[in-house]
Amino acid sequence: MRLTLRIWRQRGPEEPGAMTEYQVDGIVPEMSFLEMLDQLNEHLILSGEEPVAFDHDCREGICGACGMVINGQAHGPERTTTCQLHMRHFSDGDTIDVEPWRAAAFPVVKDLVVDRSAFDRIIGSGGYVTVPTGSAPEAHATPVPKPVADTAFEHAECIGCGACVAACPNGSAMLFTSAKVVHLNVLPQGAPERESRVLDMVETMDSEGFGGCTNTGECAVACPKGIPLTAISTMNREFLRAQLRGGRKG
Amino acid sequence: MAATGLIMLAYLLAHLLGNLKIFFGAGEFNAYAHWLHVIGEPFMHRDWVLWIVRVGLAASVVLHGVAAYQLSRRDLAARPQGYQHQRRRASYATRTMRWGGVILGLFVVWHLLDLTTLTVNENAEPGHPYENVVATFSTWYGNTIYITAMLALGFHIRHGFWSAAQTLGAGSPRRDRALKTAANALAAVLTCGFISIPIGVMTGVVS
Ligand code: HEM
Ligand code: FES
Repeated sequence: MRLTLRIWRQRGPEEPGAMTEYQVDGIVPEMSFLEMLDQLNEHLILSGEEPVAFDHDCREGICGACGMVINGQAHGPERTTTCQLHMRHFSDGDTIDVEPWRAAAFPVVKDLVVDRSAFDRIIGSGGYVTVPTGSAPEAHATPVPKPVADTAFEHAECIGCGACVAACPNGSAMLFTSAKVVHLNVLPQGAPERESRVLDMVETMDSEGFGGCTNTGECAVACPKGIPLTAISTMNREFLRAQLRGGRKG
Repeated sequence: MAATGLIMLAYLLAHLLGNLKIFFGAGEFNAYAHWLHVIGEPFMHRDWVLWIVRVGLAASVVLHGVAAYQLSRRDLAARPQGYQHQRRRASYATRTMRWGGVILGLFVVWHLLDLTTLTVNENAEPGHPYENVVATFSTWYGNTIYITAMLALGFHIRHGFWSAAQTLGAGSPRRDRALKTAANALAAVLTCGFISIPIGVMTGVVS
């Protein structure tokens, strides 16, 4: 396949950026989107140009490092991560636009790389459970009913890639934050910090400059892990409950 | 947003039921309009209930608008640089919440000038609400303004009711379908119900 790529190039955080056009040839359908970019970068390096910077790590859809907006869609046309998106979803002669996540809370570091440490600060403010350190706890010490375990797991699937923020017209981080809150708040292990967790994580989320939720549902459409939109409503319920109970206890 | 929206929604349901009395003749409609002034008597003085409702509604409209403005500012600031490759996003009702809301706000002003203060209603006479409604819908612009606004209302509620349920934490995977159906039903009932009145006048059923 022969493709035309239009990629956002930006040398540094304060530099101006622009869409830059490249031609790539010899792309086969089995390649992943990142392998296609690898091939472009090899050509750029050989011709003495700066390669396109992009984030990636596991390349198997579990770490959440990779992420770019492909033809206006976070992670491209399939419900998966960019590393697991294959070139068979494109055809010979296509023009593909590649841009970084766009959000005030995710400033561009270089080209397609954005700084997502705002997510780390949200996690740091409440996305954990307090446990005594020492030997591993006995697996049956705290029984968890199967439906509860299933709900927790469904929300624990979030890999923190940031596609929800990138896709949301308001640059809101509600789906990410709610996935983390619901994951821990439904489990008995998360109960001691149930109120403080949701209040602190929402407060951090707001202070990081993410937008507000208007329930457009774009986040859940873009999520490569299928986090359900109803997570947001559940978090709102947890938030109201925590406020009614007089705020932080944990 | 959600609380004030739901207050206005509850009012609209009551307002619609009241308005539909127009199909039972001038006597019944005007008597209903008169009763609105004397609700609660003798416990309440004349017009007290009316003014309590008016103040509550005015506060809701203003707070809803202020909250919408603040939310929109925050949302626009959260994406200072947009995407070069634009895609059409979300449903029509969802995308038009802001402009739809502005249209509804302007409509409320016109509506008050038209049928409450009678300022812009050329053939109106104070104390004859039935006749004034017929006068409004005997002009092409009256029909156009009301029907356009009611279509905008339908879209605003279609997204707004469901959205309010999410905001208040009432959404869940099990209830999602029921909430969406309720939002569509409320939107359809209010839009069709209110539009039936200009149509009634235009077709001569109400005259
Ligand atoms: C002054 C005129 C109005 C303006 C400027 C306005 C604007 C808005 C905006 C910007 C939103 C948030 C958009 C979103 O969630 O995507 C909204 C939501 C809403 N509106 Fe309005 N609107 C107006 C009138 C009304 C009226 C007359 C009603 C009552 C029927 C109403 C009911 C609602 C409801 C229930 C919501 C959802 C609240 C939530 O998401 O929590 N609005 N409005
Ligand atoms: S590189 Fe790890 S999810 Fe794509």
